Amino acid sequence: MDASPTPEQEELRAQARAFLEATPEPTWGALAELGWTGVGVAEELGGAGLGFLEQAVLHEELGRALTPGPFYGTVAVSLPALPADDQAAVAAGEASWALALGPLVPDLDSVTNVAVAGGDGVYELVRFERELLATHDATRPLGVVVGGEAGRRLCSTEVLPEIRRRSLTALALEACGVGARALELAVSYVGEREQFGRPIGSYQAVAHPLATTFMELELARSLALGAAWAISVGDGRAGLLAAAAKAQAGEAAVAACERSIQAHGGIGFTWEHPLQRLIKRALWIRSWEASTSALRAEIATRLIDEGGW
Amino acid sequence: MDLRDTPEEAAFRSTVRDWLATNVPDELRGYGFGVHTDDLTALRAWSASLHAAGYAGLTWPAEYGGAGATLAHQAIFLEEAALAEAPPHVGVIGLGMAGPTIITHGTPEQKARYLAPILSADEIWCQGFSEPDAGSDLAGVRASARREGDRFVVDGQKVWSSYAHVADHCILLTRSDPSSRRHEGLTYLILDMHAPGVEVRPLRQLTGDAEFNEIFLSGVEVPVASVLGEVGGGWQVAMTTLLHERGTLGIALVSRLELALRKLVSLARDRGATTLQRDAIAREWVELEGLRLTAYRSLSALARTGVPGPEGSILKLQWSEANQRVTALALDLLGPDALLAAGNAPYGGWWQQQQLRSRGNTIEAGTSEILRSIVAERVLGLPRSR
Ligand SMILES: Cc1cc2nc3c(=O)[nH]c(=O)nc-3n(C[C@H](O)[C@H](O)[C@H](O)COP(=O)(O)OP(=O)(O)OC[C@H]3O[C@@H](n4cnc5c(N)ncnc54)[C@H](O)[C@@H]3O)c2cc1C
Repeated sequence: MDASPTPEQEELRAQARAFLEATPEPTWGALAELGWTGVGVAEELGGAGLGFLEQAVLHEELGRALTPGPFYGTVAVSLPALPADDQAAVAAGEASWALALGPLVPDLDSVTNVAVAGGDGVYELVRFERELLATHDATRPLGVVVGGEAGRRLCSTEVLPEIRRRSLTALALEACGVGARALELAVSYVGEREQFGRPIGSYQAVAHPLATTFMELELARSLALGAAWAISVGDGRAGLLAAAAKAQAGEAAVAACERSIQAHGGIGFTWEHPLQRLIKRALWIRSWEASTSALRAEIATRLIDEGGW
Repeated sequence: MDLRDTPEEAAFRSTVRDWLATNVPDELRGYGFGVHTDDLTALRAWSASLHAAGYAGLTWPAEYGGAGATLAHQAIFLEEAALAEAPPHVGVIGLGMAGPTIITHGTPEQKARYLAPILSADEIWCQGFSEPDAGSDLAGVRASARREGDRFVVDGQKVWSSYAHVADHCILLTRSDPSSRRHEGLTYLILDMHAPGVEVRPLRQLTGDAEFNEIFLSGVEVPVASVLGEVGGGWQVAMTTLLHERGTLGIALVSRLELALRKLVSLARDRGATTLQRDAIAREWVELEGLRLTAYRSLSALARTGVPGPEGSILKLQWSEANQRVTALALDLLGPDALLAAGNAPYGGWWQQQQLRSRGNTIEAGTSEILRSIVAERVLGLPRSR
């Protein structure tokens, strides 16, 4: 049993963080050049041929940086459904995808292709119009497709459970990044800001909720990494862990942003402060794919009615 | 990262599981922390059999009678023991606190004298840190140790001392310099609980059990050879004890919570659960899995660095609150039957007892408030509150 990251994974994290701090809005081509869009694509298709644990590092860092663009929708959600040539195009930065699993489709402003599931297959959608909707999180727009028909068959719907595990885990990882950033902002602010002649972080009413936040995020991160590991080795508990990770991380990230806003006072309530963008992504994640209560209902069914663990 | 047992770990796990299946005495199954005097003989015998099988002090170096095993082996043993409802070794304080402190700070003579009987359960230890006026603020300790030639004469009072009613030795924090304040001038002594002038009075807890005690010390003579660490350097030694108290228990706590949650799920199956109760059960399962994986992460970090990190405080704090919620949830599922006790109650009153005992979890080994401050100050680096 070994639950620590490899030196290579730590190195990748450091590189990703440095790059995203220097480049807040990288193009899809720039991410492809770094090898990120093809992180899990086989080397013979032009990808980096890495595992889901390496991909996990990128989801967390991209979440932390609130990087706009279709990385989550393409790499976590769509790739497992794509034939080899399409995977190669993603790795090369020529294509990006959204898989429409419900009426709302993420990143419809930027993706080159859209896929839909129907009957027993996943198909490319052709001859459709895109309509963007007003949303709060500007970094991850939503839209609906109008019209359209099934084009190429991409794969069987048997891939959908695996896609769901990957999607939930990627969302959990992003949430961990968002929450960690919100907490860092709070910690540095309350260490400096003084009221009544003392740094406000010395008041337990300020400090203890931040300690709680740290602990909730640690649990979320452990779950997200555990789910990522389970996916990377095809472990049978991957689905359950992914649901648990998304439930915990979605809640922990929103709470981290809420508490950070409170710890900032008035300045935390302004449009100019980065917290307004962080909380919107946290809320996006919490509501997307499956809400916390829906995930818990699933987990309860597995545990109580189906004897799972 | 690989969360699976290695083949060697898997083999160890199955050996442990088989051994527990045949060796845990039925009458002690489910026994918790602490000792009822009536059970002492049986608990000692059980502990001796753990020792004979090589499971006491798994991670202790072989030169002190341990198995020199990896932390992963220790974790596997604790997981299996919790699921088998095996009682803990009766030397909880010796194994988890006194022993590691003696290994770190003890003289060769102290190691030779004290370590082996901890493992064999021939000698039981207790911890005499807390006093009526020094609880969370341990640096307020007042029990005095006055030097007279080659010994210290100790006077004072200790309180909440678990196992003191059955203990042979006590790790005792005293003030050896009466003019000193706070962390200075403290001396850490190994006290013979059978020495003249030591009086132990059991305290009955809110559960009705008497696990902890007051210790009254009047003119108790302790040889200078029983100082652990330096005279006046007691605070540093006490910190080693607390690090181990909170640091290495994580997996054991998580495994006990797993056992409770498995029982809760079967309770929900037996009695039915509302949508809200099902939601709460799922929430606790998520918390449990998060705690387990966090414990694994901290174990891997500990294996690399050798020192328990602040994760110990985090796990203890979150476990204690989760344990309170899980046991309260069980009472909710029991409905009015939750009011019954012991033989009249469903499952022999196990849940009622667990819920009441869990109230102590957020007080013992550092209150939740103190642990939150530790996380805020030492992990997040926030300014000190005091
Ligand atoms: C079951 C059990 C077993 C125990 N076993 C042992 C043992 O074997 N040996 C031993 O030495 N001790 C033992 N203890 C004692 C335990 O360590 C103390 O009870 C604990 O440290 C709290 O001290 P106190 O009881 O004096 O409470 P206090 O320190 O008076 O605390 C009372 C309340 O005030 C809060 N508080 C205090 N200071 C602060 C602060 N700075 N900021 C915020 N809140 C604060 C606390 O969190 C708590 O809620 C045991 C306790 C229990 C319940």
